[in-house]
Amino acid sequence: MRQLDDEAVVLRSYPLGEADRILVFLTANHGKVRAVAKGVRRAKSKFGGRLEISNRVHVNLYRGAKELGVVQQADLLDGHPTIRTDLDRLTGAMAVLEVTDQLAQNDLPDPRLYQMLVGCLESYDDPSMVPTLIGPAFFFKALVADGMGPEIEVCARCGNAGPLVAFALLEGGLLCDGCRRGRSVSIDAVHLLQRMLGGHLRSVLHEPDSLAGSEVAALAAEAIEGALDRRLKTLRSTTNF
Amino acid sequence: MYPGPLRNLIDEFARLPGIGPKNAARLAFFLLRTPRDEAERLSSAIREMKERTTFCPICCSVAEGGQLCPICADDRRDPSVICVVQDPRDLMVVERSGSFAGRYHVLHGGLSPLEGIGPEQLKIAELEARVQDGVVTEVILCTNPNVEGDTTALYLSRLLRPKVAKVTKIAAGVPVGGDLEYADEMTLGRALEGRRDLEA
Repeated sequence: MRQLDDEAVVLRSYPLGEADRILVFLTANHGKVRAVAKGVRRAKSKFGGRLEISNRVHVNLYRGAKELGVVQQADLLDGHPTIRTDLDRLTGAMAVLEVTDQLAQNDLPDPRLYQMLVGCLESYDDPSMVPTLIGPAFFFKALVADGMGPEIEVCARCGNAGPLVAFALLEGGLLCDGCRRGRSVSIDAVHLLQRMLGGHLRSVLHEPDSLAGSEVAALAAEAIEGALDRRLKTLRSTTNF
Repeated sequence: MYPGPLRNLIDEFARLPGIGPKNAARLAFFLLRTPRDEAERLSSAIREMKERTTFCPICCSVAEGGQLCPICADDRRDPSVICVVQDPRDLMVVERSGSFAGRYHVLHGGLSPLEGIGPEQLKIAELEARVQDGVVTEVILCTNPNVEGDTTALYLSRLLRPKVAKVTKIAAGVPVGGDLEYADEMTLGRALEGRRDLEA
């Protein structure tokens, strides 16, 4: 018999049987954990509302011999109400949850990934922050944390200081004209990326949407999909939103 | 282990939602012990349902033999108000409440970015076509109060607002007959957001 008591973010949720759900949590100290939440699809469920996707909760699970635990208790820490009322924030947060689900390992603690996810969701929930670059910033920072962060200051192939005109993750990041591969990038997008990953993320996230922002968002999507070697369902299904 | 026909039936039952291998075997053995005419009634009910059940060409709910559904065929229903639901079963739930006299539109699912379900997989284009002629003055979004339902409602709101005078969403809150003590924070928060004037 094993009890798991931890803070967690709900990454995914699948219906099970009549009124249950299988939930995938990223916990602060126990990695990715799956558990059944019984009866949560019923209108009168005592903790159904707390276990919605993207919620941060304090959860108590019973984990027996089986891999799948059973949720015994859940207390809401942050329900991210702003995310739930803004389509762009909601779909952006979903993409971040999908990427986190791919990066996190079952039962392998990754406090850094957990803190990054919590911070990212808090940013999405902050109405003063423009949502467009929150997810892309998370993708790049996740790549950096995995040792796959792009070179953004000099040409990733020859070390030339620039100008940097293209981006190819497989080549290591931004490239100069002589080493040009992959996707072309504007000078504004290069500067934005350098500010974003160079310690000025907070101010970047308060700036209005721009063409350079859209370019950086596309680079981030391409980079994370390349690193994960799969297409993100969230990005594909929300293209026309 | 089981003879071929029985094994096939167990496998088919096990494909149904909510039915595991043990329940599938239980159902198959129940039918094995059932008189032949009863088992054939089940078989013909399934066949008939597949042959005769169609989708209403207006609201996309279930209908019979390519006809309009009973609600779209009923002239007494208000055509200026459309209640959008995710599933035909949700339509039945709203109908049972007896509080709605307009028409419906069934999406056959909800937008689920995490599952890769986008607008083109749902009956959203059909809904958009229904509101083009200006007859519809209100669309009520009656989606589930979860992430999928919220995503669907927000998307439809963005899509329909330029075309329809009023786009509303059903209120969310404490179930009638329940105690506040047992309401979770999310539900109670939404109930407070959706509060309204009380006229004595």
